[in-house]
Amino acid sequence: MSGEASKAIPNEVLWEGGRSPFSVSYGKLMMWFFLVSDALSFTGLLIGYGFVRHSLPVGDVWPMGETVFRALPFVHGDFPLMYVAFMTALLIFSSVTMVLAVEAGHRMDKKNVVFWLFLTVLGGAGFVGSQAWEWSHFEHGSGGYITTSDGEKYWVHNNDHDTDNPTKPDNGFHLVKSDGTGYLHGHEHVEGDAAMALWNKQINYVAGAPYPWSSTGMVNNEYGPAQYANFFYFITGFHGFHVASGVVINIIILLGVMRGVYHRRGHYEMVEKAGLYWHFVDLVWVFVFTFFYLV
Amino acid sequence: MERDDVIEYSLDNHHSEEQGKKIRKGIWMVTLIMAVITAVEVYLGAAWRDIFPDSWQSVKWSFIVLTLVKATFIVMRFMHLGDERRNVRAMILLPYGLFVMYLIWIALWESNYIERALNHFL
Repeated sequence: MSGEASKAIPNEVLWEGGRSPFSVSYGKLMMWFFLVSDALSFTGLLIGYGFVRHSLPVGDVWPMGETVFRALPFVHGDFPLMYVAFMTALLIFSSVTMVLAVEAGHRMDKKNVVFWLFLTVLGGAGFVGSQAWEWSHFEHGSGGYITTSDGEKYWVHNNDHDTDNPTKPDNGFHLVKSDGTGYLHGHEHVEGDAAMALWNKQINYVAGAPYPWSSTGMVNNEYGPAQYANFFYFITGFHGFHVASGVVINIIILLGVMRGVYHRRGHYEMVEKAGLYWHFVDLVWVFVFTFFYLV
Repeated sequence: MERDDVIEYSLDNHHSEEQGKKIRKGIWMVTLIMAVITAVEVYLGAAWRDIFPDSWQSVKWSFIVLTLVKATFIVMRFMHLGDERRNVRAMILLPYGLFVMYLIWIALWESNYIERALNHFL
């Protein structure tokens, strides 16, 4: 979009040197610098994740996204990755509405800036809400686990993930042996009477995947290595925090647009700067989505 | 030769209704591309065990390539870095890119060592 307007700039908006380096305004350049530093934080986290995963043996030790995330709210059944696809679409969509808001700002079209920015806020809020559900589902897990009198551990499963009454008849009650090393997909299944016999030998039953802040926490979780759940909470949490703060920033900017602050200023660069942050949040999610859910 | 007293400045980047129409068309085009890429990724991610059971490595690599394509679109088109001057692009992307490539290399190297040490020699 450069090369369209070329005119002398009043001194009060120029930098100390009397001109703007690289033809970028101060605010925008500093936003870029901040984003680069923020990108380094996320890079560090994702590379840390890769480091841990790569230092474990190849095989079924580390859970794969499509075997962990396969539920949708309000419906029973098997929908691998469908929910996170919805979340990704929501965030990309809100990124698109943000570009459209910036574009409307270049035309000084206040009404359209408000409209698109409002949709952006809605999309972002929807994403944060979806992540809350995702977290609670992850915490809830797919069942509970028992410790038998022999000291062995089994994950308790049934069709509708009922943890209060897992042995209910005709509900696909079964046990999965846990050796404490790997994700339980691919481990030995025990069904029918044999499962009931083990169930009756239990000395301890814990309903649901343990909460991360409990004492056994991430060590005894059905997802295998403790670091998997640790990284899941930390990376999606850090990203979710960015989304939440982005929503707050967008709301503040939206109020400013509605009050006509930027219109009086003669340009909507503030929307553009908030937009940079918002697109960055989307950019990070693209990588989190790939490395946490797909690869 | 550029004149020093006339400065292209992003604050004055207003455009007309006509140009806006063209820009919006571009935005929707990028949206379509991103949606298609994401759909392909999700489909592959959910079903690769059935379609390509023996080539998980190529599937996973394809995810990384598709992600980089999406990231390029976001940075260049949505964040308008493609519209900035070349020097701005270089200043933002090169130091980050070089550092991250080094970081990835060292992380893979070291984790590979740890994997061998823990699982094959101890």
